[in-house]
Amino acid sequence: MNIKENIKKIIVKKPLQLDCGKTINDYPLAYETYGKLNEKKDNAILAFHALTGDQFVSGINPVTNKPGWWSYLVGPSKAIDTNKFFVICANVIGGCMGSFGPSSIDNKTKKTYGTNFPVLTINDMVNAQYNLLEFFNIEKLYSVLGGSMGGMQVLQFVANFPNKTKTAIPIACTASHSAQNIAFNELGRQSIMADSNWKEGNYSKLNLSPDKGLAVARMAAHITYLSKKGLQEKFGRKLQEKDDLNFSFDADFQIESYLRYQGSIFVDRFDANSYLYITRAMDYFDLIKQFKGNLSKAFEKTKTKFFIISFTSDWLYPTSENKEIVIALNSSGADVGFIEITSDKGHDSFLLDVPEFLKTVNNFLEANY
Amino acid sequence: MKKEFQIISELIENNTRVLDVGCGDGTLMKFLIDKKNVDTRGLEISKNNVQSCISKGLSVIEGNAEKDLHQFSNLSFDYVVLSQTLQAFYNPEKVINDLLRVANKAIVTIPNFGHWKVRTHLLLKGTMPVTKILPNEWYNTPNLHMCSIKDFFNFCAEKKIELYKSIALNVEKTSEINNSNIDIKNLNSELGIFLIKKIK
Repeated sequence: MNIKENIKKIIVKKPLQLDCGKTINDYPLAYETYGKLNEKKDNAILAFHALTGDQFVSGINPVTNKPGWWSYLVGPSKAIDTNKFFVICANVIGGCMGSFGPSSIDNKTKKTYGTNFPVLTINDMVNAQYNLLEFFNIEKLYSVLGGSMGGMQVLQFVANFPNKTKTAIPIACTASHSAQNIAFNELGRQSIMADSNWKEGNYSKLNLSPDKGLAVARMAAHITYLSKKGLQEKFGRKLQEKDDLNFSFDADFQIESYLRYQGSIFVDRFDANSYLYITRAMDYFDLIKQFKGNLSKAFEKTKTKFFIISFTSDWLYPTSENKEIVIALNSSGADVGFIEITSDKGHDSFLLDVPEFLKTVNNFLEANY
Repeated sequence: MKKEFQIISELIENNTRVLDVGCGDGTLMKFLIDKKNVDTRGLEISKNNVQSCISKGLSVIEGNAEKDLHQFSNLSFDYVVLSQTLQAFYNPEKVINDLLRVANKAIVTIPNFGHWKVRTHLLLKGTMPVTKILPNEWYNTPNLHMCSIKDFFNFCAEKKIELYKSIALNVEKTSEINNSNIDIKNLNSELGIFLIKKIK
């Protein structure tokens, strides 16, 4: 936990009225930066992380000691070249990497908030992160980008602040969370809440942790990030360190062992209540409803140049949902480009070494700078 | 740049909004932005071409004219350009209607199946014509609905589409096509370039 004390953060003094009606102020917002802000302050890129991401985009994450979640894309001489661009990323509020979240201590009770934390929305997360522009004294960003929930934040950012970024790259996302996506998130939440250690969210006060529930939530979610073809090619029916079936409920198959491993490493770095809050924010995301059924109204005032990217094998945020955003941008007369990247790696493609994707982001950012 | 693109750009007024359907590597779009201060969007089916456009800073949407024109709202452009692809669609009539829904005016170019080389090829050899402009064999051509300049003329008359301007291109030479010279232009032109508009 000591490492987390060293995380960079700002304390946001300005009150933020949340969509739920409550107001928060003097709350911490943890962030990390890569590269240098130039004198003209025109090279800043705000990256938004996805559900289980954090501010450690590139390099080695000091808390997990693993490479940052967007190491393939961001770094010196990478697709987003940090020798040239200044990349900022904040941990979303509701998260568990130093920003204000359910594992923060409530000054009134001197205990963690747990489920007394207010229910947040993507809009709240974006409004909180907007304070970083003021902190860095940046009048206008060069770009905002993100995949999955990060892409939703990109859309919300431009809708809220139409003239605060020159370009925007929403990746593998949607303007309105689908029933299928809500269903998967609910599965994850129910799994956490079914763990007897969850204790209505009060586990940390009792020195407990609903690890089993959180691990199952992660396992289920992880399947949705891959594709059938990708899974079949990587694992097929291969057995885990054995020659034949065990006639037991051990992890006979490699895919079982893989998912169990993914679940087990996840609980070391993620807070169960944060998982509940952030998935809820995703489910509540409906930019179409925010603009009374007409998504193009969200982008009416913007001069931001958009580029939207989807992946062929992404069935969680499929191309069709990404295209809805393209259509809305087109009908509002906004400047928009779009490409569907061919990849077998499912929704996770945006986090992986998919050369065509990396090239697209690089080409777009270099050509418009 | 191709002579065809020069003629197209001469048909487009400055400071307008142009959708280039099948924009390729974005050569025409780039030219229009630089010379005519035009606000352009491209629709392109090939991923490689889309990448070329992105690296030129052009706004291009990956897609197919038959499936993806619906995403553009009515009269959201001043011009829409369709260069040498009309013959490759399943339903060229529907595409033309869509073009004239999206933009006030459309610029359509067609490789002329009425050109004398095409005619003599079929007449003398008795096999499907293969020429410089139509380089594919019958079994691998993307062209489903070949037409001649005269066919397109007749089509416009029948469908109440106004031919604002009709230009014949033969090698590098251009000339106007009209009702009195249509038969000769249909014989000696490789390409027809048409600026069309819906008759209200």
